[in-house]
Amino acid sequence: MALRIHKKKILSRESEIPTASLADIVFLLLIFFLVTTSMNPDKGLGLTLPPPGEETKRHKEDILPIFINSAGEMLIREDIVSLNEIKEIVKGNFRKNPKLVISLIIDVNAEYRYMVDVLDEIKLAFDDLKKENPDFKESISLATPAF
Amino acid sequence: MKIKTKAKRSSRIPTASIADIVFLLLIFFMSVTVFKEYQGLRVELPLAKATKKIERKRMITHIWINAQGEINVDDVMVTLENISTVMCQKISENPATIVSLRADSRVKYAIVAQVIEELKQSNALRVNFATLTEGGETG
Repeated sequence: MALRIHKKKILSRESEIPTASLADIVFLLLIFFLVTTSMNPDKGLGLTLPPPGEETKRHKEDILPIFINSAGEMLIREDIVSLNEIKEIVKGNFRKNPKLVISLIIDVNAEYRYMVDVLDEIKLAFDDLKKENPDFKESISLATPAF
Repeated sequence: MKIKTKAKRSSRIPTASIADIVFLLLIFFMSVTVFKEYQGLRVELPLAKATKKIERKRMITHIWINAQGEINVDDVMVTLENISTVMCQKISENPATIVSLRADSRVKYAIVAQVIEELKQSNALRVNFATLTEGGETG
């Protein structure tokens, strides 16, 4: 009898790992990652530059020059335009000639934001053109000023 | 007798699955987290309506240009001539590097153009002009 009781006691001995605190530990980790996550990802206007030394000749009709002077005034071909007109002009020109390349020619003394403003309008025009034609290819060239 | 059975009814919320739920959340945040690596320079980014996110955030090199024309590549102050050296090294490590150009909106275009020219020389051809979305957002 005595032996049996002893055996029963060993069998009933529980060997569980306490899991009650697991949730707390994971919560701490979660809070750490919540705090360190940066929710403001990098955003901006993308542009792919041409490889160095590559020069392609194009017909004059295939180039749409956009000039920006140091005061932030804009000129497309021979016409002075305002910022909100650029989008429609770019769209119109690309519809007529899909091979068009925009050439951005910016005065070295112009402020950077003028360039971004114009690039923004061009990008908006490109977004619209891409909706019309999924095969549309962006083509912007930044003229290198002589230093 | 009836009263006794009612009293026996347990009213516990099962807590065993909480750990699993929190684990899922944890894994989500772990995979999404990109630690803020660089301090950079104080710049006032220009605003743009066509602002888009960069998809691959783990291969971005940041270049800051502040209003005084100081240039900083991933927290190292550099001069214009040194950019191509630094960038060549980064490009050889990862050819698909995207350059995020965080230039101040008031900086002269001449400096930006020179930086772009240096990037071209070092084959860092994927450039992103960092902007803020127009409409109140700060960053």
